[in-house]
Amino acid sequence: MTLEKTPKLRRGFRFQWEPVQQSHVLLYPEGMVKLNGSAGAILAEVDGVRPVHEIIRTLEQQFPDAGPLAADVEAFLAEAVQHQWIELS
Amino acid sequence: MTAPAGQVGPPLWLLAELTYRCPLQCPYCSNPLDYASQEHELNTEQWLDVLRQGRAMGAAQLGFSGGEPLVRQDLPELIAGARELGYYTNLITSGLGLTEGKVQAFAEAGLDHIQVSFQASDPELNNAVAGSRKAFEQKLAMARAVKAAGYPMVLNFVIHRHNIHQMNDILALCENLDADYVELATCQYYGWAFKNREGLMPSKAQLVQAEQEVNGYRDDLRNRGRPMKVIFVTPDYYEERPKACMNGWGNLFLTVAPDGTALPCHSARLLPIDFPNVQSQSLNDIWYHSPGFNHYRGDSWMPEPCRSCDEKDKDFGGCRCQAYLLTGNADNADPVCSKSPHHDRILAARTAADHATAGLDDLIYRNARNSKLLYRG
Ligand code: SF4
Ligand code: SF4
Repeated sequence: MTLEKTPKLRRGFRFQWEPVQQSHVLLYPEGMVKLNGSAGAILAEVDGVRPVHEIIRTLEQQFPDAGPLAADVEAFLAEAVQHQWIELS
Repeated sequence: MTAPAGQVGPPLWLLAELTYRCPLQCPYCSNPLDYASQEHELNTEQWLDVLRQGRAMGAAQLGFSGGEPLVRQDLPELIAGARELGYYTNLITSGLGLTEGKVQAFAEAGLDHIQVSFQASDPELNNAVAGSRKAFEQKLAMARAVKAAGYPMVLNFVIHRHNIHQMNDILALCENLDADYVELATCQYYGWAFKNREGLMPSKAQLVQAEQEVNGYRDDLRNRGRPMKVIFVTPDYYEERPKACMNGWGNLFLTVAPDGTALPCHSARLLPIDFPNVQSQSLNDIWYHSPGFNHYRGDSWMPEPCRSCDEKDKDFGGCRCQAYLLTGNADNADPVCSKSPHHDRILAARTAADHATAGLDDLIYRNARNSKLLYRG
């Protein structure tokens, strides 16, 4: 995955916090995925504007104790593309 | 497994059946046979209240269905209210009564997704099954309008013995309409479909052929790099184990019928169980404390063979409605299961499907006249 690319939620997908489930979820036609903490934190930064490398930097600032995050973020985004949740442009 | 009462999770999924009114007459309709004598509908404020309560309990997915939800004049208001509450809003429609103006207005109100149902890939068969002469053209126009307005589009086809040979044509039509998802849902035998089962159920040979066609088309889509997702729901009558119906009774799904009756699934109304009404109880009480919703939670209600079966956490004994329709007792194992002492009823239906000759004219169409005839008492 190139760090210059910009991820964006695909049309019809909505990302939101669900207080009752105490987690972020991804909603789409007749479906819902409950996201774990790190997936939620990454998708929260996916705004269709900032490229992958900026998202990584933001997350590393947010979680200074987590060490370098590039590999994890890229792996998750690749998975999200595969699930057809997001697209890269 | 289904949580025993007391450790019940929230209803994440709410289905609002706004009305039983519908301009079409599909002989596989899952609405109750006596729908015509249930004319009472919740009003706008009552529906908005149901939506508020459901959302507060944790519901995130909301389906507007029916009948045909478009006959409700307050639909834009309900959509806007739901969206504001934070629901992901799905409109499940036949496309009849839809206009480009409405497609646009719903988008502005915040509707997330529209599912349009078709009956077949060509106008003759489509209109014959739907019992309406102009249905097909209208559906085509509306599918195009939905797509043009930027919604993700799901096209739904209920599959039965009279259209199961059309898989390639159906998928080509969907591709042509630029669908994002296609649901090929083989008939489930509840409501009108159960009445018409003999005339609807495909034979095993038809099913095998259809599966091959669908798989072939999927490969083709992949090779051509088309992202259209095809979901083929195969009929459980050809399985040896039942489906994990609704993911467990009163586990995730909450349906509210037009008159406010709350149900664990849209066909549960046919069961000899008293279900509560949102007009006399809070949704919270209904979900967590009503006898109707607690009836089949957990597994202590199970008789043999389910009781001592090591698969009961997987399928919860199958579908209560199917058990009731086929054995007369909703507690029984779903006869789809080969361990069920009533499995012969499923085998008999398969044999019947191999020899069925009934044409479309022999089906009982879902309309007010037939509904009243069936329930004259
Ligand atoms: S299945 Fe057909 S008749 Fe029944 S509500 Fe849907 S469109 Fe109307
Ligand atoms: S016996 Fe009951 S629990 Fe066991 S597989 Fe069959 S339906 Fe499921």
